[in-house]
Amino acid sequence: MRALHRKLLRELWQMRGQALAIAVVIAGGVATLVMSLSCLESLRLTRDAFYQEHRFSDVFASLKRAPESLREAVAEIPGVRHVETRIAAGANLDIPGYDDPATALLLSLPDGRNADLNRLYLRQGRLPEAGRDREIVVNEAFADAHGFAPGDRLAAVINGRRQELEIVGVALSPEHIYQIKPGDLFPDFERYAILWINRSQLAHAFDMDGAFNDLVLALSRETRAADILDRLDALLAPYGGLKAVDRSDQISHRYLSLELDQLAVMAQVFPTIFLGVAAFLLNVVFSRLISTQREQIAVLKAFGYANREVGLHYVQLVLLITFLGVALGMAGGVWFGQRMAELYRDFFRFPFLEYVLSTRVILIGCAVSTGAGLLGTIAAVRRAVRLPPAEAMRPEPPPTFRPTVLERFGLQALFSQPTRMILRNIERRPVKSLLSALGIAMACGILMVGRFQESAIDYMLAVQFGLSQRDDLTVTFTEPTSHRVVHDLQALEGVYLVEPFRSAAVELRHAHRTFRTALQGVGAGGDLHRILDADLNVLALPEEGVALTDYLAEMLGISPGDLLEVDVLEGRRQLVRVPVAGLIKEYMGVSAYMEMEALSRLLGEGQAASGALLAIDAGYREEILRKLKDSPRVAGITDRNTAIANFMDSMADTVLIFAFFSTILAGSIAFGVIYNNARIALAERSRELASLRVLGFSRGEIGYILLGEMALITVAALPIGFLIGRGLTAYLVKGMESDLYRIPLIIEPGVFAFSTVVVLVSSLISGLIVARRLGRLDLVEVLKTKE
Amino acid sequence: MNRHNAPDATVFKARGLTKVYRMGEVQVHALRGVDLDLYSGELVVLLGPSGSGKSTLLNILGGLDTPTDGQVFYGGLDLVRAREADLTRFRRRFVGFVFQFYNLIPSLTARENVAIVTEISDDPMTPEEALSLVNLQDRLDHFPSQLSGGEQQRVAIARAVAKRPAVLLCDEPTGALDSTTGIKVLEVLERINRELGTTTVVITHNAGIAAMADRVIHLSDGRIGQIIKNQTKAAPRELSW
Ligand SMILES: Nc1ncnc2c1ncn2[C@@H]1O[C@H](COP(=O)(O)OP(=O)(O)OP(=O)(O)O)[C@@H](O)[C@H]1O
Ligand SMILES: [Mg+2]
Repeated sequence: MRALHRKLLRELWQMRGQALAIAVVIAGGVATLVMSLSCLESLRLTRDAFYQEHRFSDVFASLKRAPESLREAVAEIPGVRHVETRIAAGANLDIPGYDDPATALLLSLPDGRNADLNRLYLRQGRLPEAGRDREIVVNEAFADAHGFAPGDRLAAVINGRRQELEIVGVALSPEHIYQIKPGDLFPDFERYAILWINRSQLAHAFDMDGAFNDLVLALSRETRAADILDRLDALLAPYGGLKAVDRSDQISHRYLSLELDQLAVMAQVFPTIFLGVAAFLLNVVFSRLISTQREQIAVLKAFGYANREVGLHYVQLVLLITFLGVALGMAGGVWFGQRMAELYRDFFRFPFLEYVLSTRVILIGCAVSTGAGLLGTIAAVRRAVRLPPAEAMRPEPPPTFRPTVLERFGLQALFSQPTRMILRNIERRPVKSLLSALGIAMACGILMVGRFQESAIDYMLAVQFGLSQRDDLTVTFTEPTSHRVVHDLQALEGVYLVEPFRSAAVELRHAHRTFRTALQGVGAGGDLHRILDADLNVLALPEEGVALTDYLAEMLGISPGDLLEVDVLEGRRQLVRVPVAGLIKEYMGVSAYMEMEALSRLLGEGQAASGALLAIDAGYREEILRKLKDSPRVAGITDRNTAIANFMDSMADTVLIFAFFSTILAGSIAFGVIYNNARIALAERSRELASLRVLGFSRGEIGYILLGEMALITVAALPIGFLIGRGLTAYLVKGMESDLYRIPLIIEPGVFAFSTVVVLVSSLISGLIVARRLGRLDLVEVLKTKE
Repeated sequence: MNRHNAPDATVFKARGLTKVYRMGEVQVHALRGVDLDLYSGELVVLLGPSGSGKSTLLNILGGLDTPTDGQVFYGGLDLVRAREADLTRFRRRFVGFVFQFYNLIPSLTARENVAIVTEISDDPMTPEEALSLVNLQDRLDHFPSQLSGGEQQRVAIARAVAKRPAVLLCDEPTGALDSTTGIKVLEVLERINRELGTTTVVITHNAGIAAMADRVIHLSDGRIGQIIKNQTKAAPRELSW
C-alpha cells in the first residue's frame, strides 16, 4: 500500500468519530431516498402486477339500461379487446348490532364464476355459487371493520325489498383498491361496502334480465382510451349513458395515483433536504481538515506531488466517508423501505407486495449521495489543489484579537475571564461561528419538516370541520327532493337546525382545462356550512355566479370575472356559462359553490334539495340515526366525527407514516450534525485549552470555555433553524398540494418545541462526550504536536 | 539535464530576482535584484538577518514560488516561465527540501514519511537506506510524535535525500536543535554533499556554520552583500557553534 493511502486510512481512523457522524448524516439522506424510492417503486409495481393479474379494465361506463345485445356493438369498436357488462346498484345495509346507516355498492358477478375483468382476489371463502341467490362476497376493508367472516349474515334493502344475505367470501378488487363512496372525500370502511353477487339475482331484483347498466372494457395494448371514449359515448347515449371514463378518471385509480404522487413528492423533497445538510456538514469538516493540513499539503507539493494528486487524495477521503454512509444508508433504506411498503400494502389493501430494490434506485442513491459529498467538499478540495506551496509553508499568522464589542463599551467587568474568552472567540471568527450555528440550524429545520405535518393536519381539520362544515350530520337523499322534507327533519326530536343543500355533478371547463366535481348550492345565511375567504372570514355567496376553491381556480387557470363553462352531468344535462364571482379557501377537496336558489335557477328546476345538514343534540344521536335509516328517501348519512376519523385513517395516515420515518432519520441527522460541530470545536481548540490548563486554569474552567461557546452558538442557532424549517416546510407544502387536500403552512408551537428539545438533547449528549474527552486531554501530547 | 552535473557546471543561474509581497496597502520587498550562480556539487551557506529574504530566495530556487521579476534557470529550465506541471516535475526529479519545522506528516511513521517521496521518484534509495544514512535505522516505525526534534529533522533529511536529488535546499535545518544534535544533522548534510555530489544550500542564522561551506553568501535587505569563498572547509565536528 502506498504511503499516501496509509495516511488516508490512518487519518480516517483518527477522525473516526466525526467520519462516522458524517456517514450517519449521509446515511440518513440515502436511507430516506432509498426508502421512499424503493417503497414507491414497489407500490407501483405491486399495483401494476395486481392490475395485470386481475385484469383491471381500461374504460368504465355506466348507463340507465341497455339490452345485452348492445355488447356486440361495443365489442366492434376498434381497439376493444374485451367487453364485460354488469349490473351495478346501490343498497342500504342493515347490519346486525350496528345502528349507523351504511350503504353498499352491489356489483354483479357472472353466475357462479369470477369476472373476466376486474377479477376478485379472494382473501377468504369462495365466490357465490350459481343459483344460490343469497350469497355475497364483501370487500375486505368492510369485513375487517365489522369483523365479518364467511358464514356471517347481513341484510340489505335492494330496490325497496329487504333481503337476508350470507357472506361466503371476502375479497379485494383492482377496481376498488381505494374504496370510496362517490361524492365522499375519504373512505369510510364501516359505512360503505362493496358487495359482489350473482348477476341473475341482481337482474331479478332490478328487473334487468337480459340487460345491463354498467360496462367495463379492456383495450388492446396499442389503443389509447381517449380514442374510444367518444365512440362509446355515442353508442351508449340512447341508453342513458353517463360519460365513459378511462383509468385516469376512475375513482380508485385516480386517488391511488394521487397518493402515490404525493409520496413521490416527499420522496424527492426529504432526501434533497437531508443530503443538502450532509453536503453542508462535509463542507465544514473538510474546510477545517484542509486548513489544518496546509503544511502537509505544502510538503507533498514541495516533493513533487502534483496538484491533481493532492486533490485526489482528499477526494478519496471524501469518497471513503461517503461510501460508508451510502452502505449504511442502503441497508437502512432497504429496511425502512420494506417496513414502509408493508404498511402501505396493508393500508391500500394490496393482496401482496412485490418489494423491489432496483439497480436504478441503487444507482440513484449512490450517484446522488456521491454528488452531494463531492459538491459539499469541492470548495475545500479546490483550496488544497490551489494552495501555493511556499505560502503554505509559512506558519499561519497568529489570529488577530480585538476587544469585543462588550469590552469596547466597558462592560467587561460584568464577565469573568473565561466568559470574556468565549465572547472574544465568537467575535474573532464570526464566519466559523456562523457556520456552526448554521449546521445546528439546519438540524433544527429538518426536524421541523418531519414533524409539522401532524399539527398542520389538525389545524386543517379544525378549519374544515370547526369553521366551515359545522353540521353534526349530513343527510343525502336518494334524489333531489322538495324543501318540505326540511320540515319533516326539523320535526325530529333532538334536531336543532336543518339546512338543505343542493349538489349537482358537473364538469367545469375553462380554456382547455376540465375538471369534474360537485357544484354545491348552499343556502344564503346558513350556519352549518360556511364559505370562508382567504382570511377565513365567512363569505356571503353572491346572488349570481359561482365561487371556486382557490386551488380549483388555479387548476382551471381562471380568475374572478372570467366565464366558466359548466357541463351539468345530471337532470337535463345542459351546458351553461357562469361568471366566477370569487375565490374561497378550502383545505380539502375542490368544490365550486353557488347560492342555492341561483343553482336551482341554473338547473332549471324549482326548489329541490340533494340533502340536508343537521345540528343535533348528541343525546338523541342514536334515535335520530335510527329514524333516518328507516326513511326511504335517505341515501346516506355522514357524521362529522366519522368524517374526521376517516380522514385521519386514510390520507393523513399515508402522510404521517412517511413523516414518522422521516422524523427518525431527521433525528439521526440532527445528532450527527451537532456531534460533529462539538468534535470540530474540540479539535480546533484543544491546543489552546491545553495551554490554558498549563497556565493554571482548572478543568472546569476550560470545560466552561468550550461548552459555553457551544451552548451560546446552539441557542443562537435555534431561531435561524426555525426560519430554515419554515422555508423547507413551505417548499414541502407546495409540493404536496393535490385536489384531495392542501396541508396549510401552519407550524404549531409544539413543532418548535419538539425540534428545540431534540437539538438541545443532542447538544447535551455531544457536550458530555466532548467534556469527557476534554477531561482526559493529554497536555504534553497536545502541546508537542503541531495540530 | 543530467542528474549529476560535471564539477563547476552552473546549476542555478539567477539574474535580477525581485520579489514583492503585497499586504493590502503595504508592499514588502523581500528580494531587490539578486544575481546568483550556484555550481554543481558545491555546498553553499546562506547567511543573513531575519527578514532579509533567505527563505524567499530558496523557495524560488526550489520552484515553490515564482519571482515578481527577474530570471532563474535550472540548467536549461526557465523556472519563471515554467508551467505549474513543469515545476512539479522539476521538484519531483531534482529537488530535496529540508524545512526548519521538519514538516513531517504526523500520521505516517519515519519509514512512511520517507516512502511517500521515494514512491514517486525514479531511482530512489529504499526508505531504510535513507534512514540509516541519518542513523535512524532503529526508529523506522516511530511516528513523528514519538521522535525528538533532532530525530524528526534527521527523518526530514532522509526524506529529502532518499530520492538522490541533484540539489538539496535546507532552510535552517538546525534552527530548532541544540549544538550536539545540530552537528549530527550537519554531518549528514556534509556527507551527502560529499558522497552523492548533491548541490546543497543551507540557510542559517548561525555564522559558525559558514566554515563548512564552499561558499558563503550574505544576504541583507533583499540583496546579496558579499560572497566569500572558503579556501578550506571545516568538518562539522570542528565548527564553533
Ligand atoms: N507571504 C508573504 N506575505 C507577505 N510578506 C512576506 C511573505 N513571505 C515573506 N514575506 C516578507 O518578506 C521578507 C523576507 O522574508 P523571508 O521569509 O524570505 O525572510 P528570511 O530571511 O527567511 O527570514 P528568517 O530568517 O526570519 O526566516 C520578510 O520581511 C517577510 O515579512
Ligand atoms: Mg526564513
